[in-house]
Amino acid sequence: MNTTITSLSRRKFLATAAAAGGGLALGIDAGGIRSALSQIAIGGAGNGNELGVWVFIKPNEDVVIRIARSEMGQGSLTGLAQLVAEELDCDWSKVTAEYPTPGENLARNRAWGDMSTGGSRGIRGSHDYVRQGGAAARQMLLQAAAHEWNVPVEQLKVEKGVITHEASKRTTTYGKVATAAGKLPVPDLKTMKLRDPKDWKIAGKPLARLDTADKLTGKLVYAIDVKLPGMLTATIMDTPVFGNKLLGYDEAKVKAMPGVKGVYRVGDTAVAVVANTFWQAKLGLDALDPKWEETANNKVSSETIAVALKEGLTSKDGVFVGNKAGDADAALAGAAKKIEAVYENPYWHHVTMEPMNCTAKWTPEKCEVWVATQNGEASLAACAEAAGLPPSKCEVYKHHLGGGFGRRGFQDYTTKAVLLAKQIPGVPVKTIWTREEDMRQGRFRPIGQCKMEAGLDDKGNIVGFKMRIASQSILAFAAPQRLAQGGMDPIAFQGLNPSGPEGQFGYTIPNLLIEHAMRNTHVPPGFWRGVNNNQNAVFLECFMDEVAKAVGKDPLEFRRAMMANHPKHLSVLNAVAAKIGWENTKPPAGQFRGIAQHMGYGSYVAAAAEVSVSDRGRLKIHRLVMGTDCGHVVNPDQVIAQVEGSVAYGLGGTLHQKITIKDGRVVEENFDTYPSMMLEEFPKIETVLVPSGGFWGGVGEPTICVAAPAVLNGIFAATGKPVRSLPLRDLNLRA
Amino acid sequence: MAKLNINGKTLDLEVDGATPLLWAIREHADLTGTKYGCGVGQCGACSVHINGQVQRSCLMQVKDVKPTDQIVTIEGLADQSGRAVQKAWLELEVAQCGYCQTGQIMAAAALLKGKPKPTDSDIDAAMTNICRCGTYQRIRQAIHLAAGNKQQG
Repeated sequence: MNTTITSLSRRKFLATAAAAGGGLALGIDAGGIRSALSQIAIGGAGNGNELGVWVFIKPNEDVVIRIARSEMGQGSLTGLAQLVAEELDCDWSKVTAEYPTPGENLARNRAWGDMSTGGSRGIRGSHDYVRQGGAAARQMLLQAAAHEWNVPVEQLKVEKGVITHEASKRTTTYGKVATAAGKLPVPDLKTMKLRDPKDWKIAGKPLARLDTADKLTGKLVYAIDVKLPGMLTATIMDTPVFGNKLLGYDEAKVKAMPGVKGVYRVGDTAVAVVANTFWQAKLGLDALDPKWEETANNKVSSETIAVALKEGLTSKDGVFVGNKAGDADAALAGAAKKIEAVYENPYWHHVTMEPMNCTAKWTPEKCEVWVATQNGEASLAACAEAAGLPPSKCEVYKHHLGGGFGRRGFQDYTTKAVLLAKQIPGVPVKTIWTREEDMRQGRFRPIGQCKMEAGLDDKGNIVGFKMRIASQSILAFAAPQRLAQGGMDPIAFQGLNPSGPEGQFGYTIPNLLIEHAMRNTHVPPGFWRGVNNNQNAVFLECFMDEVAKAVGKDPLEFRRAMMANHPKHLSVLNAVAAKIGWENTKPPAGQFRGIAQHMGYGSYVAAAAEVSVSDRGRLKIHRLVMGTDCGHVVNPDQVIAQVEGSVAYGLGGTLHQKITIKDGRVVEENFDTYPSMMLEEFPKIETVLVPSGGFWGGVGEPTICVAAPAVLNGIFAATGKPVRSLPLRDLNLRA
Repeated sequence: MAKLNINGKTLDLEVDGATPLLWAIREHADLTGTKYGCGVGQCGACSVHINGQVQRSCLMQVKDVKPTDQIVTIEGLADQSGRAVQKAWLELEVAQCGYCQTGQIMAAAALLKGKPKPTDSDIDAAMTNICRCGTYQRIRQAIHLAAGNKQQG
């Protein structure tokens, strides 16, 4: 049941939706365009009736669907609403969405479940219970109509929120029966029978997003745009050398500056200037010159980290085994031919377009925060801890994120905003991180090196393979309680696991050893869209091309020979190969192809690229085919958008980005020294969706990790020289 | 005190002349559709029109803008090219997180005003705003759509 959907089909569908909804064709701010806004407390949307926790129906037929996961651009707000609406059988043109607050979730015994939005789990982690919630609401509404008419519920039909009893030719609507339905008990969700995805009418369709219009007119209130009565604005500086304490500062001069209300210590390491406006606060902080202690951390640099990582490539200490088969050492010793290479990857920063910020208001009785967060419950916990209040006396108002990418799963900025606001009771304080401070205080994609050795038999087949990754552990810093027994970080092995639904190694090699030497530093690592899949896919897939070339084999054929036991990996690899014409066409003159595959976050992904490298070493990416098998597709247009976006994020890092550590601190401060991928560099992307059904894979992250190795393998084909370190801007590809 | 003409209205704002125009717009005129992204003219999230030209408002100081200069922010974008761009953005579902998109739309609207039928290389040259979500492919398509160009690329 492989299907390929392009973005063209979506436009056709949108036209239909527009005709049904009215308004859309008339102009951007005409009636009928919906926007999900989060700033109201749940139920504040007006009178109506709650039918279970996920659905709220108003007398005017409006359907409000509650969304527990955060929206940061990935589109899952719309996808989740589609899943609920699918089972509810409501009129999609009447649907809007709202966020339940984390405080409400707590007060109602976590009725909406997990609010964490990371690991590409937004939909795959909640599809079952949100669909059950939609089905339960439908059952309550039908039951209410059946009671009113005194007929068996089985005789009722519903379409787009209109309930019909054919025998008596009576009809009613969801809006009319919602009050009665709201008084009925919510049926046991586990007993709800869910629709087979092949019968979907709302889910599975490329519907327009619910949250677009206000993003195009400037009306959407991001957290950084929050304005409250009596609000002050602050900006903050934390220790540039991670871990070092704030010693002091001379505040007299700064306190006399225009608009400045005060200078406050924030925790042990940071200082903030509070003023009437951001700009006044920034001028104050610029003039403050705080002093921090010096520790051994000041001696750490990218060079000293590289030495520690290199030691990890051969060390016996702090080494964990992630995947093992047969005896790799013996196979390598007896191999007819051996290939070896060492790769390295730099720290990367998230650089969300909206810099970190949070508004907080503290009183002895209550603490409230307005924040862009990937995890509302974690924000509530951070707020409570910093406020010194129980969580039941705290509340979090979630705003759509101006980018998340993993950065806003961490709550350091919520904590600091509350610690500051607590010092000015009753006054709302918005703390905005400057871009420079945001850059310094990142949670960085961990740095690493990887040594690989392949042993081949006389036919050029890999008989033994060793892969030793030396890198920093994210979990050891961010969530030590999630480390496996013995202190192993399972996330280090993303895409390299022997089995499991998250990310299985896609090749069968008889003698295999994949290890991680954990080498931590004082630089705080974090989950960066795609996480360790990014470098693991580059290491493995680029090295595969090196080995294929060494034995004179075609990269696609070489991979296929090891993939018979991995049909889903192979299927998506074949799909991109077919789309780019790997076997039947030649690339345009001067262009070269690269291909790669991987599995991450439960989805199977592959990419094929056409690139050229000029005589002076200038790279141009002409074409990129991206494939994914994410099992079920809830909104194909949004899946395509995520694939396109992941390419920009991943290739931006590959082309341009590197965080340098010098004297213990981050060197890069803004987009001039940490560039992003730009429109003019963006290749034509063709997305191939090959959903094979039967499982729910992630979408936001998986494809990111194959774009880079496909391009790098194209460069290797063009120049004959493997690319083993990044970013590309540091290299001369023709040297 | 500064006199600024924003979206056709003359405003008397209590703001120091050395304040970047971006922050005068956001914090004094209370128009928050113009975004802070970098403060150094790199990202374009703060793009506005001044006398019809797209400008990065974080790099301009309030005192550099004359009371007669016509500042247009996303909230006041109502001319034909601006509306065409917004409608194309909606139709092609360009926005992801959306934070940069008001600036992208201001840049695209200015491009179309000067070049009603832009080529791909015109778009490459004019659209230098950063989008971290990576909506570039749809931005290009939407500009072509707004221009009524046959699909390119």
